[in-house]
Amino acid sequence: MSTPSVSPKPVKTNRIGLQILDYRGGKTTLCAGCGHNAISERITEAFYEMGIQPERVMKMSGIGCSSKSPAYFMSRSFSFNTVHGRMPSVATGALLANKTMRSIGVSGDGDTVSIGMGQFIHLLRRNVPMIYIIEDNGVYGLTKGQFSATADIGSKLKTGVINDLPAIDTCALAIQIGATFVGRSFSGDKKQLSAMLKAAVAHQGTVMLDVISPCVTFNDHEGSTKSYKYMQEHEEAISEVGFVPHFEDIAVEYDPNTTVDVRLHDGSHLRLRKLHEGYDPTDKVQATKMLMESHAKGEVLTGVFYVDTQKPDFASLLNMVDEPLATLSQERVRPRREVLAEIMDAHS
Amino acid sequence: MTTSGLVAQGQTTSSLVRGGKQIVNDFSIQIATVNGSGSQSANSVLLRSIFRMGVPVSGKNLFPSNIAGLPTWYTIRVSKHGWVARKTDIDVLIAMNPETAQQDVLSLSAGAAVIYDESFKLNERRADVTFYPVPFDQLTASTGADAKIRKLVKNMVYVGVAAQLLSIDMEWIEKSVRKQFAKKVKAAELNLSAVRAGFEYAASSLTQQNPYLVEPMNATQGKIIIDGNAAAAMGAMFAGVTVVTWYPITPSSSVVEQLIDYMKKYRIEQDGKASFAIVQAEDELAAIGMVIGAGWAGARSMTATSGPGISLMAEFAGLAYFTEIPGVIFDVQRTGPSTGMPTRTSQGDLTFIAGLSHGDTKHVMLIPASVKECYEFGIAAFDIAEQMQTLVFVLSDLDLGMNNWMSEPFEYPEKPIQRGKVLNAKQLEELGGFARYKDVDGDAIPYRTLPGTDHPAAAYFTRGSGHNEKALYSERPDEYENNMLRLARKFETAKTLVPQPILEGDGKQKIGIIAFGTSHWAVIESRDQLERESHLETDYLRVRAYPFTQEIHDFVASHERIYVVEQNRDAQMLHLLKVDLDPAQTVKLRSVLHFNGLPIDARTLTTAIASQEGAGK
Repeated sequence: MSTPSVSPKPVKTNRIGLQILDYRGGKTTLCAGCGHNAISERITEAFYEMGIQPERVMKMSGIGCSSKSPAYFMSRSFSFNTVHGRMPSVATGALLANKTMRSIGVSGDGDTVSIGMGQFIHLLRRNVPMIYIIEDNGVYGLTKGQFSATADIGSKLKTGVINDLPAIDTCALAIQIGATFVGRSFSGDKKQLSAMLKAAVAHQGTVMLDVISPCVTFNDHEGSTKSYKYMQEHEEAISEVGFVPHFEDIAVEYDPNTTVDVRLHDGSHLRLRKLHEGYDPTDKVQATKMLMESHAKGEVLTGVFYVDTQKPDFASLLNMVDEPLATLSQERVRPRREVLAEIMDAHS
Repeated sequence: MTTSGLVAQGQTTSSLVRGGKQIVNDFSIQIATVNGSGSQSANSVLLRSIFRMGVPVSGKNLFPSNIAGLPTWYTIRVSKHGWVARKTDIDVLIAMNPETAQQDVLSLSAGAAVIYDESFKLNERRADVTFYPVPFDQLTASTGADAKIRKLVKNMVYVGVAAQLLSIDMEWIEKSVRKQFAKKVKAAELNLSAVRAGFEYAASSLTQQNPYLVEPMNATQGKIIIDGNAAAAMGAMFAGVTVVTWYPITPSSSVVEQLIDYMKKYRIEQDGKASFAIVQAEDELAAIGMVIGAGWAGARSMTATSGPGISLMAEFAGLAYFTEIPGVIFDVQRTGPSTGMPTRTSQGDLTFIAGLSHGDTKHVMLIPASVKECYEFGIAAFDIAEQMQTLVFVLSDLDLGMNNWMSEPFEYPEKPIQRGKVLNAKQLEELGGFARYKDVDGDAIPYRTLPGTDHPAAAYFTRGSGHNEKALYSERPDEYENNMLRLARKFETAKTLVPQPILEGDGKQKIGIIAFGTSHWAVIESRDQLERESHLETDYLRVRAYPFTQEIHDFVASHERIYVVEQNRDAQMLHLLKVDLDPAQTVKLRSVLHFNGLPIDARTLTTAIASQEGAGK
C-alpha cells in the first residue's frame, strides 16, 4: 500500500521505475515450506521484471489455501477472493467491465477440478484473457487433507486412505477445451516457472498453468505422488523454457536446430529448447499424446505444451469499445430521448 | 343445421340479436389453440385492433411448458371500465383445438358465444350458448396460401370471423396486420386475405346472435401496449447497463432477448463497436458471478432469471451483500418449488430473496405492478444498487413479464445516472488513502475504488471472509459484529432510496388492503366490487419495495383489519411484515391468497374479503 521509500543509495528498479518492494504482498499465513509461497514469489518477480504497473492488475481467487495466496503478493493490485470454485465467472465479469486490465487467477486443484470444473472449462472455452494458475497438490489442505480430483490413482493419504479414482489432467483438458497457452511446472523449479510466468504475462488469451505444489502438511509423505521427493524423482521436462521479453534483445542465443521460437502478442519470444525430438508447441494432437504417454510411464511432464497466438480472446470477440465499459460516460450509455420516442411509437 | 343456437343463413342481424340486451365493450374472448400453431400474431392483431378502436383491453396467454402440441389459451378482456385483471368468465370462445373444444364449451356460462371449426360438431353439446360453425380449412384454402403455411394463415380467418361478429372495425384490423408484418408486405397481404375470407364468410353465412359488441371509445389514445419483460429491458438500456449475463429460463428469457435487440439497435457506436457486453453464461451460478465481477470492476451489470436460477444464485448473493458489490437481478417469478409450473405465474420468491444466502443477509427488492414500473424500476434498480453497493432484485412475475399490458407511454429519465461513492485517484491523493468498509458519512455506505484506479493507495482486498474496515482479513469478534451492524444500518438507508408505497382511498376506512405486484389490478377492481355489491369501503396500500418504509407501519396502525393479498401459498409478504411490525399490530393482518398458477382475479378477492367481513354476496 505504501509508496517507495527514498533511500540514500540508488535502488534497483524495473523499466517503469518501481522496486521489487512495490510488488510485495502481505505476510503469508500458509505453512512454512508450502509450494504456494514459492509460486507467490515467482509471480511477484515476473510482474516486477516485466514492468507491469501493479494498479493495472486484478488478482482473482476462489477458496482454499491456494486462493488465499493473492494476499501474499502484489498488495497494490486489486484483489477479489470470491467463492469456492466460482472465480472464473467473477474474473470474466471483471474483465468485461474493464478489458484494459490484466488479470491473474490463483486457484487450487479442489477449487478448479472438483467444485469448479464447470466454470473452469467455460473460462478456457471462451479464451478469457487472463493467467489461470492451479496450485496443484492433489489434496484439500484447508479442510485438513482429503483427496482432490487431481490426486493420482493409487496415491495414499497420511491416514492410509488410498485413492482409487483416476486423476484429471488439467493440461490435457485445457488443450482440448480451448486454452491458448498451456503449461505445467513445479513450484520448486524456479527457472522454469519464472520463464513460464513471464511468457504468460505476454500472452493474450487464457494461460493455464498447472503448477505442482506439494502440501508439506498433508501430502508430502511416502505414497503421495505430489510430494517434493516424488516430483524430484519423476519430473521430466518436455523442453527447456526460455523467455525473452519484447523490450530485451531477442537475437541472443538463437539456435534454429534445437529451439522452437514462439512470438507472443506483445512482441516477446517464448523459446523452447527441445528435449523431445520434433516437439511442436502448436500441435494439439501431439501435445495431448505426449501427456498421455507420460502418464502411462508414471512421469510428470513439465513445460509449455501448447501455444496458440491466433485465436481471438473473449474480449475481442465481443467487439467492445476501446475504453473500459465500467467508466463510459452517461452520454455513451443512455440513449437519447428520440430513441425512447421511437420505441414508444412502435408499441402504440 | 337446426340445432338451437345455430342461425340459418339469410336472417338479418337486427331481427335476431336485439331481443336481448347488448353488452358493449365489457366481455372477454378466449382463443383455444394448440401450442406451436402460430396463433400469436392473430391474437395480437385482435388485441391491438380493439385497442386502436379506443377501447381498454388486456391480453393474457395461458400456455403450457411445451414447444408444440399441448393446448394453449389466449384471453382478451375488453373493458370499458379499464379493468385489466384476469376475468374468469369467458363470453366469447374461439375453439380451434379439437382436444379441448368439448371441455372449453362445457366450461362456458350460459349466453356465451362460440366460434369453432365446423368439423368439431360442438353445437350438439349445449343449447344455452350461441354457436358459429366455420369451415376454416375451406376458407384458408381459398386464400391460395401454400400448404406449409396454411396452419398459420388459418388463425387469421378467426380474426375475420370475430371482427365481423363483434363489430371490430376492419380498418383497424388492416392497420394492425400491416404493423404486425411491417417488413413483410407479402405476408401482410396473405394474412389480410385470410382475415377477409373469415369476415366475408361471417357476413354472408352467419347471423350475429350474441350480445357482445365492440364500439369505438376514446380511452386508449396516446397509450402503448407492451409486455413487462420488454419494458424491463428498456429500463436496463436507459439505465446505461453495460454488462449483461444470463442463462435462458422461462419466463425471463425475453428480458435479455429483447435487450439484445435494443442494444444492437441503439448502443452500437459509430465505429461499429458495442458500449456493452452481453454473455450467455453456462449456468446461473456463472451469470451472477459475472454480474458481481463486473459490478466490482465498476460496470452497471445485470442478469435476468426466475426461481430455479435464484436458488442457484444464493451463495453469490451472500458474497455480494457481504463484500458490498452492486448488481441488478430481474426475477420474473413463476410457480415453484423446484421446476413447478414453469409457464404459470406466482409471487413465491419473496421471502427467499429477502434473505437470500446463508448467514444474516438482507436484500433490496423492487416490486413493479405495471409495465411502466418495470421500466422505471429497471432504471432505478441500477442507481440504488450503485448507491447502496449491493444487489437489487426486481421482482416481476410471468403475468407481468410475458403478457401484453396497456400503459401510459414511458418517460425519459431526467435524473442523471447515480454511480454512488466511488473515489478516483485525485480524491485518494487528497484523502491520503481510504478504508473500504468505514462508515464515513453516517449512512453506513462506505467508499470504494475501482480496479485500475491509478494510485498506490487505491487497491484493497475484496473477500467474502471476515474483514475489518480496512478490508483486511479479520476474525476479531468486535470487528465482525461492528461490520454486521453497519450492514444492518446500511439497509435502513435503503429506505430513503426505494420507491415508496402508494395509498389509494382516503385513508379513513376501517378496512385496509395491502398488495403488491400484479395483484394490484385485481385489487382495484375488487375494491370497486366490494363497494358496489357489499358497501364495503376500503383503503389500499400498494407495497413497491423492501425494506418497508414508515408508510407501511402507519397504514397498519391506522386500520382495524388489513387484508394482505398475495399470489403464493404461505403468505410471504404477511410474514415479512410480521418481522418488521410492532407485535401488537400484527394481529390485524389477514391473508388473501391465490396460488393456482393463473393470474389473480378480482372476484376471488371480493368473495374472500366480503365473506371474512360477514358481507358475503
